Amino acid sequence: MRHTITVLVENEFGVLSRVAGLFSGRGFNIDSLSVAPTNEESISRMTIVTRGDEQILEQITKHLNKLIDVIKVFDFTDGSIIEREIALIKVTAEDNDRAEVLRIVDIFRASVIDVTPKSYTIEVTGAPSKIDAILELLRPLGLKELVRTGPVAIVRGAKGWKG
Amino acid sequence: MKLAGARILLECLKLEGVDTVFGYPGGTVINIYDELYSFPEIRHILPRHEQAGVHAADGYARASGKVGVAIATSGPGATNTVTGIATAYMDSIPLVVITGQVPTALIGNDAFQEVDIIGITRPCTKHNFLVKNVKELAEIVKKAFYIARTGRPGPVLIDLPKDVQVAITDFKYPDKIEMRSYKPTVEGHVKQIEKAAAMILAAKKPVLYVGGGVILGNAYDELRQLAETLHAPVTTTLMGLGSFPEDSPLSLGLLGMHGTYYANMAVTNCDLLVAVGARFDDRVTGKIPAFAPHAKIIHMDVDPTSIRKNVRVDLPIVGAVHGVLDKLLKILEEQRNEVESFRSAVQPWLDEINGWKAKHPLSYKESSEVIKPQSVIRKLRELCDPDAIIATDVGQHQMWTAQFFTFTKPRTLLTSGGLGTMGYGLPAAMGAQAAFTGRQVIAICGDGGFQMNLQELATLVQNKLPVKICIMNNNYLGMVRQWQELFFGKRYSQTVMDLPIDFVKLAEAFGATGFTVAKPEEVEETIRKGLATPGPVIMEFKIAREEQVLPMVPAGASLDEMVLAS
Repeated sequence: MRHTITVLVENEFGVLSRVAGLFSGRGFNIDSLSVAPTNEESISRMTIVTRGDEQILEQITKHLNKLIDVIKVFDFTDGSIIEREIALIKVTAEDNDRAEVLRIVDIFRASVIDVTPKSYTIEVTGAPSKIDAILELLRPLGLKELVRTGPVAIVRGAKGWKG
Repeated sequence: MKLAGARILLECLKLEGVDTVFGYPGGTVINIYDELYSFPEIRHILPRHEQAGVHAADGYARASGKVGVAIATSGPGATNTVTGIATAYMDSIPLVVITGQVPTALIGNDAFQEVDIIGITRPCTKHNFLVKNVKELAEIVKKAFYIARTGRPGPVLIDLPKDVQVAITDFKYPDKIEMRSYKPTVEGHVKQIEKAAAMILAAKKPVLYVGGGVILGNAYDELRQLAETLHAPVTTTLMGLGSFPEDSPLSLGLLGMHGTYYANMAVTNCDLLVAVGARFDDRVTGKIPAFAPHAKIIHMDVDPTSIRKNVRVDLPIVGAVHGVLDKLLKILEEQRNEVESFRSAVQPWLDEINGWKAKHPLSYKESSEVIKPQSVIRKLRELCDPDAIIATDVGQHQMWTAQFFTFTKPRTLLTSGGLGTMGYGLPAAMGAQAAFTGRQVIAICGDGGFQMNLQELATLVQNKLPVKICIMNNNYLGMVRQWQELFFGKRYSQTVMDLPIDFVKLAEAFGATGFTVAKPEEVEETIRKGLATPGPVIMEFKIAREEQVLPMVPAGASLDEMVLAS
């Protein structure tokens, strides 16, 4: 099962390798990982997408908590979170396809951020499933390059974690 | 007070109450060694190899309960510590290991004797620190000791670049440390402990399964009280030996791969397994689906990651076992009548266990021709001091010691349980002897493991550490040979160490004393002489070469599928 885990860590060198080492050393998977400082400069926030059964996820969160530099771990399994991801997509666009690409961009409220006579580069933001959907439509037209950030996530509602 | 980093480090060690350090000098720690002259209260012991230095600090920590401290230089000095650190990590031993590092400006430049020891030791330390600024040093040392000894203990490494040792700053040692990212759960949840009491009182066939956590957490008195209050049988892991007196009728001895028949039968047939400070290692459980198949499992451990890692648990209790057991005892005290009827309900179970004990006690065939290693261990127990500290290496002799020595006191067995490090015994004994100069310390080694760190004979003699070393010599790597005999058609590939080493001369070469014995009738006399001889002593026992460690649960089999006799 796919899980999105948020980890608040001390913003210090070496923390990322501790987290990554934990996953690789124990054979846990990382589907995606994104890291940046929070509003509180000394804390960084990681969003990790991983998969595994309940027992593995329990071990992952426990081991993350055990790392000395980890301040807090949230495991989001239900629908109470909003996830957003950015993808930059370079797609072949010649002749009739140019209009088709623009139609798709329009439907997904994506934007064209670079253009040449033979290609468009598109920026699209949304839940990972939305990115998957636009990719499915663009792929037959000729996908030259794809960069995805991996999702970041935040809980719905008024409550927030400081920083 | 403005001080240089090297000086600050030693001031911190002094304030932490460190009285003994095991270390090896080198280019990047030379400043620390120069400052050492000003600290007569810190005894420095120079091993002959950094690995042995860390094992010695580990033996010191296990025997004394204090944090062990080791120092090594950068590069090869640092990499040599890794086996020692990993050994301590697997057995949750509190250590602070200080390594020198090349100056900060050179880090990453492939400088002379540079190695990324932080990267190398990340997976085998509880935490590690690279000190980039002398201003952070005192706080980092404070944190290192705090992390090493609290929660589930473990080794912490501090990597200290040479320029940081020279740099000068105001020295102030923090009184206490507060870390928002490290708050180990110490108190067990009261509701969970109440549930545990109810589950225990409802059981008819309980077993207490006790690990090293009870020793590390100084909870042996509470454990003993619990077992005696309930009349509950106790089996211990290798790391748990000594936490419960093995001469008690409630003791089942060791469980698992080389555990007793009755311990493994009790675990397989129990209806409640109370795990206290143990982690369900594969050498304990055998085949997981067949492990305690009829039992509800209560698991008390300070480390939440140990819970539900290998086996299902019906009731987890995260907390320091000392406090958890104490609370449990208080709850049981309020239920005297229930405890009373529990005891009578448990009696048929104890009778069943006694039946197993009578059917297959730990045994071996005595011989008048050749020395049986089990008889040496038994004789040693008979003749050594009651509070003697035993350190072992890894292999057959380790299991014979675990089976036949009859440990009755905590912190009297030092052995590498998790990592299974050959070469551990001699340096660990050295560390224990440094912690307790007046106590009898005995290293029990095989001929293989002894040769891995025999250079430490020099350290023993130089520092007047009178460790008594028993070598169980079968000229084999005996445990691997046993596997080859049982599972590989007696193809003894590279396990024959067929060089007749003269261990008496070897001892004498270092200025120690050596004895060797091949006849069973001379064993007692040799042990008597060896233990009575001042200074370090080697006693070599030429033992039955193909003796097996039994019982044995083959790897991957269930605990009740034991090989009982060869």
